[in-house]
Amino acid sequence: MNEKQGLGMSAKRTISNTIIYIILVLMSIIWLAPFFCIVFQSFRTESTWQVGYVIPQKWGLDNYKELLNSSFVDWYKNTFLIALVVCVLQTIIVLCMSYTLSRFRFKMRNFLMRFMLVLGLFPGILGIIILYRVLADMGLTKSNAVFGLILVYCASSGMGYYISKGFFDTIPMSLDEAARIDGATRLQVFIQMILPLAKPIVIYTILTAFLGPWGDYVFAKFVAFNEPSGMNTAVGLFTWLAPDAIGRKYTMFCAGGVVVAIPVTLLFLFLQKYYVEGVTGGAVKG
Amino acid sequence: MGKSEKKKKIGNELSFAKAITKGDIFTKLSAPIFGLGCFVRGQIARGIILLGFEVLFIWYMINYGLYWVSMLPSLGLEVPAKEYDSFYDQYVTVYHDNSFKILLYGVLTLFLIAAAVYTLVTSVKMSYAAEIKKKNGQKIDKFKDDLKSLVDEKFYKTLLSLPVLGIFLFSFLPIVFMILVAFTNYDGAHDGYITGLFHWVGFDNFKTLFSSNGGTGSYFKIFMGILGWTIVWAILATFTNYILGILVAMMINKKGIRFKKLWRTILVMTIAIPQFISLMYVSKMFDKTGLINGLLLKLGWVTAPIDFWGTPLYARILVVVINIWIGIPYMMLIATGILMNIPTDLYESARIDGANPFQQFRYITMPYMLFVTAPYLLTSFTGNMNNFGVIYFLTGGGPGNSKATAVGGGVGHTDLLITWLFKLTQGTEASYYMASVIGIVIFVIVSTITLIVYNGLGSNKNEGDFA
Repeated sequence: MNEKQGLGMSAKRTISNTIIYIILVLMSIIWLAPFFCIVFQSFRTESTWQVGYVIPQKWGLDNYKELLNSSFVDWYKNTFLIALVVCVLQTIIVLCMSYTLSRFRFKMRNFLMRFMLVLGLFPGILGIIILYRVLADMGLTKSNAVFGLILVYCASSGMGYYISKGFFDTIPMSLDEAARIDGATRLQVFIQMILPLAKPIVIYTILTAFLGPWGDYVFAKFVAFNEPSGMNTAVGLFTWLAPDAIGRKYTMFCAGGVVVAIPVTLLFLFLQKYYVEGVTGGAVKG
Repeated sequence: MGKSEKKKKIGNELSFAKAITKGDIFTKLSAPIFGLGCFVRGQIARGIILLGFEVLFIWYMINYGLYWVSMLPSLGLEVPAKEYDSFYDQYVTVYHDNSFKILLYGVLTLFLIAAAVYTLVTSVKMSYAAEIKKKNGQKIDKFKDDLKSLVDEKFYKTLLSLPVLGIFLFSFLPIVFMILVAFTNYDGAHDGYITGLFHWVGFDNFKTLFSSNGGTGSYFKIFMGILGWTIVWAILATFTNYILGILVAMMINKKGIRFKKLWRTILVMTIAIPQFISLMYVSKMFDKTGLINGLLLKLGWVTAPIDFWGTPLYARILVVVINIWIGIPYMMLIATGILMNIPTDLYESARIDGANPFQQFRYITMPYMLFVTAPYLLTSFTGNMNNFGVIYFLTGGGPGNSKATAVGGGVGHTDLLITWLFKLTQGTEASYYMASVIGIVIFVIVSTITLIVYNGLGSNKNEGDFA
């Protein structure tokens, strides 16, 4: 009787595992298919518009060559420059903010945190109307959009302190106190002790700060204001899908998408571990 | 330690009222002349900074500030006009007041005045603190000490000053400005300078939004339609992702399933690719001439291409489905870590009691996940209400709603409040005031939900930890 039941259990397990494998394989196909399609279509040279098939009839690098002669080069440079600068400045700002809110108890602390919480409930898009006109007055729009965008992204980046503050909270305060008794200043404690301990969250912050500008559309669109040399890749590539452009630019859009995705994807896969840590930590602590 | 405690005590006891009444003549005069008390007590650098601020403030107020503030109630009087220009010997359009700048700099000046009042209070308090210290024979902090404390005891001031200034100027001020815009008629035809001045209109814009004049095409009807879809969308998007993401994580985590890392990496890769690319591409896949229709035609399942994005119901279903495709990897990642933390003995005892896998999921996994991820669920719900990217890149809000001709922006069947807001800010017929009104409405809705849920969470948490 016992043996029979054991056999039944294992048969059941085999069936359920097989079902799970089938689901996982199907999911993998569904999740990856669009990306294979975009890569295939980027090599299609027989036509530039949308077609109902995936495998090109004529293969070639025409679309990629064409990219080099288009505004895409500007967009790519803009995006890369923004991402690099924002990544450095935003990391510094976020770390300062979250370390301070985690370690110091001062009069304005609770007010400040509540203030930012409430501010965060407003849709961010709203402020861009005024920011656009202010940046325009300063000459930081259109072809100078890069600088305007860097300013906007960095200036308000202090709001994104939640996740790294949660991490700093897990480092015991007694470490700080011990170092303070040994005569270290707060600055020394922060730079020489806490930052090395917080390596995972520092990398997470750098990674998200770098990836953020690659995907931003609304602010970038406003600030570029239809000037091709001031666009980032998101805004630029979107113009190629407009009804009057898609016939000529569709395969180039595919090629551009591939070129944008490659470095970001590689970086991401390389630092995946830290991203996962940050995301799960953030979700649990809220 | 003892010294700093004492210092703190003096700092706490100090109130402006006490300082101004009990202080000596220099302390009292520190109110009109910032920093005077500091000069007298030998804190020269502090005195210079305070006095310097006062001089700059007065100079600014006389030259600019008073004009901006005095124009705030009217938002500008002189409209652009054709005037004779003797130099060019012809009539040219001359622009005068600029409502936009008046509102912006007016508000900024009000904040500056508040800062000046605060500095006045600080000046008097500082003077009084130094006065008491001198009387008690204590050492008075020199500028060098102030600087030193900025990397030590008051290190937080150094660390916070720049980020907070940035948030104030680039997040807070724009939002204050836009809230005020909701009470004006600022739009494409009244941009405040070139096309015309704008002025205060009180609650008129709110009345317009909530008026049902015009039957089915009225602002209120259209607004309610979009609000309804926004909430339906947020619920569907949040919970489909949540539950399916957990199920996927459980499948990968299940004992006996191999290549766990491979399955995870495949899904995580899709997070890595910038979302706008996946969304734009997938959107085009479902075009009339796109890959999906090509495939369906080839298989002979349809005889004519399906207009996925042109049919309201299909478009709505598709955005939810594609959002699942986008969202499952995130939720899978989050759930994976948490699932591993569920005590295994909970499952074992449930098995012994004869609970089947569904019951285990229903009574152990879900309550645990809900308990741990409640804050995440909340932010993901409000995030989905404002999920601009998915809607904008997939449908652009379309297919268009033919009834919504009387309202601005060109409203479509998949538009959320946030994409409608964005549309209202575009083009020469932009209606910035309406965008602001909708922004305020979004804020009210989101903060109400947040408050209710947080209060609910609070009472749950008090009942003690899970299990």
